Amino acid sequence: MAKNDLLGGSLWDQYSNKVTTLMNNPNNQGEITQEECDAAGHKLIVADFGAESCGDAVRLYWEVDPATDTIVHSKFKSFGCGTAIASSDMMAELCIGKTVQEAVKITNIDVEKSLRDDPETPAVPPQKMHCSVMAYDVIKKAAGLYLGVDESSFEDEIIVCECARVSLGTLREVIKLNDLKTIEQVTDYTKAGGFCKSCIKPGGHEAREYYLVDILADVRREMDEEKMRTAADAGSHGDFEAMTLVQKIKAIDSVVDESIRQFLIMDGGNMEVIDIKDSPDYIDVYIRYLGACNGCASSSTGTLYAIEATLKEKLSQKIRVLPI
Amino acid sequence: MQVYLDNNATTMVDPAVTEAMIPFFSEIYGNPNSLHRFGTASHPAITKAINQMYKAINASDKDDIIFTSCATESNNWVLKSVWVDKILNGDKNHIVTTEIEHPSVLSTCKFLEEQGVKVTYLPVNDQGIVEAHTLRSFITEKTALVSVMWANNETGMIFPIKEIGEICKEKGVLFHSDGVQAVGKIPVNMQEVHVDFLSMSAHKFHGPKGIGALYIRNSEELTPLLHGGEHMGGRRSGTLNVPYIVGMGKAIELATENIAEKMASIRAKRDRLEDALLSQLSDVMVVGNRDNRTPNTILISIRGVEGEGMLWDLNNALIGASTGSACASEDLEANTVMLAIGADNELAHTGIRLSLSRFTTDEEIDYVIERFSTAVKRLRAISSSYAIVQPTPGGEAAECGIHH
Repeated sequence: MAKNDLLGGSLWDQYSNKVTTLMNNPNNQGEITQEECDAAGHKLIVADFGAESCGDAVRLYWEVDPATDTIVHSKFKSFGCGTAIASSDMMAELCIGKTVQEAVKITNIDVEKSLRDDPETPAVPPQKMHCSVMAYDVIKKAAGLYLGVDESSFEDEIIVCECARVSLGTLREVIKLNDLKTIEQVTDYTKAGGFCKSCIKPGGHEAREYYLVDILADVRREMDEEKMRTAADAGSHGDFEAMTLVQKIKAIDSVVDESIRQFLIMDGGNMEVIDIKDSPDYIDVYIRYLGACNGCASSSTGTLYAIEATLKEKLSQKIRVLPI
Repeated sequence: MQVYLDNNATTMVDPAVTEAMIPFFSEIYGNPNSLHRFGTASHPAITKAINQMYKAINASDKDDIIFTSCATESNNWVLKSVWVDKILNGDKNHIVTTEIEHPSVLSTCKFLEEQGVKVTYLPVNDQGIVEAHTLRSFITEKTALVSVMWANNETGMIFPIKEIGEICKEKGVLFHSDGVQAVGKIPVNMQEVHVDFLSMSAHKFHGPKGIGALYIRNSEELTPLLHGGEHMGGRRSGTLNVPYIVGMGKAIELATENIAEKMASIRAKRDRLEDALLSQLSDVMVVGNRDNRTPNTILISIRGVEGEGMLWDLNNALIGASTGSACASEDLEANTVMLAIGADNELAHTGIRLSLSRFTTDEEIDYVIERFSTAVKRLRAISSSYAIVQPTPGGEAAECGIHH
């Protein structure tokens, strides 16, 4: 939020001239009939995507020459807003002359880029990127029908953000490599979640299988686990300073049991470890004396030095022992 | 011809209102709280505006009508100050409102929920109104406030304010009504209803933007939202906005004098438009019984025509209307009112609101009837809902994945 955001931009002013022109006069609006295809010896493919109750629906028609798999005609019908109609029109346009195998490679980003007036300026405002996603989905569906395969076979990775086409693999890698901690950072680094925002968290415009909040939490948890595993490995190799807190407590306890407690018990005393506090310079071990040690003159001098010296020798020179 | 049919969003300032305001910018500009003649020169006009306000809603002299900056301020004031007075500094913990209030009520309620207040959002029926008996069962001994709008901005449907007021009176609960879409459009008589607080906004009845008011029955206690000087008896601080107060007074007088006559004239045009659209177009639906609607409003759902697309074509025809369609909003969220009515999900995407004013002419209505039908025909010709060739087997659409 700053000066340029004070007056929210007009939605329609952010549409490119191409979007406006195609909304007003779509070139490929219409239907292709079975009779037309039969007459030319071509195959008719009709695929639907979306529903009126969702707010967008598109029907794509392909007339395909079976000899070459080439889409000779392509038309659409659309229930949707201006950008949905313009995107559907551009999508149909991009299909014409391509083989089905080529057409299936057309993405929503290709559609949006083709709608730009100049290469640097987006054709639609961010929240409208979503409209072109349907164009991509319906092409895959039509291609699946023509080739007799499941449409999901065209997708070799899981797409989390469809508007910006960011895959699960990319997101996980970027979060890890850059140690990202917030959704805003994820959007800045990958563009995911920057458009219709459905993929950020449940409850948005569209229900999704994967959400950025969950992916971020999962990756962060994995990163934490990774850190702990590193610490655990360090611990098992005897690197006291790299150990987790629990490992440190166990290591101190076992040194106390092996090398310290027996001498205290011989004098009718004992001790227990209360807490450990890590700082860059010291590892402070808080202990409490029990039995005869409690109040013994040596407990703050000789005995204390002996305990500290033993722990220092066996575990780390950074250890300080503090009786409470 | 260009036609403005978005009068529930805002209205043209009546030129007579502008004229009444002009002297108070550069001629009579003193601060009304000053002792000198420059300040007191504005007093007669302010007094007149106050009288115009009291007369327009038939307020009693024991009541307060406090000028604010807008109805959003009035709504915030009531909700937040009832919270301070009755919940933070009292033994209440609950507010009752409806699912379809204006965002200035709903967002404030959400904020109060974050502060620990319990809020009940009453559902609406298929007419888009809350039935009074529904309210009764939700009021508890911990309820501090009931807030129910007088008329809805999207549908124009009028709520049973008299019955709701009686229930609140019987239960001893404060009652606030957002009267923004009612005042100036239908008779609002504070002697006939039991309403403790009523929010109003001048720009909805041909007054200027940037001025509203809060009616407070019997000068009920309410901690100020804006603290400062002793303006308006210390109830709302800030130097009096003299030209806008004068404008609001003039506007409410013009809107409410002979209101029955004005309503009949607007309604005749509205009904003619509504009848024409219903008879010329198939598969259309208008929300709400027109006898229980503000006389200027039509919310029409057009099958197969998405709201933003329809607004686009109307705009190309120089007609200004409004839609609650998700596609026309910044956040792609469908209008809460449309979703709450729940007639069908399509309404949330196909609803177009046409709202007239007393300045709307018969010629404009004729023009809109013609252009509206042209737009529907063009968009239905493109619409997949009206396509003939059916999908290849297996090519049918999957279920809707959109969140509602």
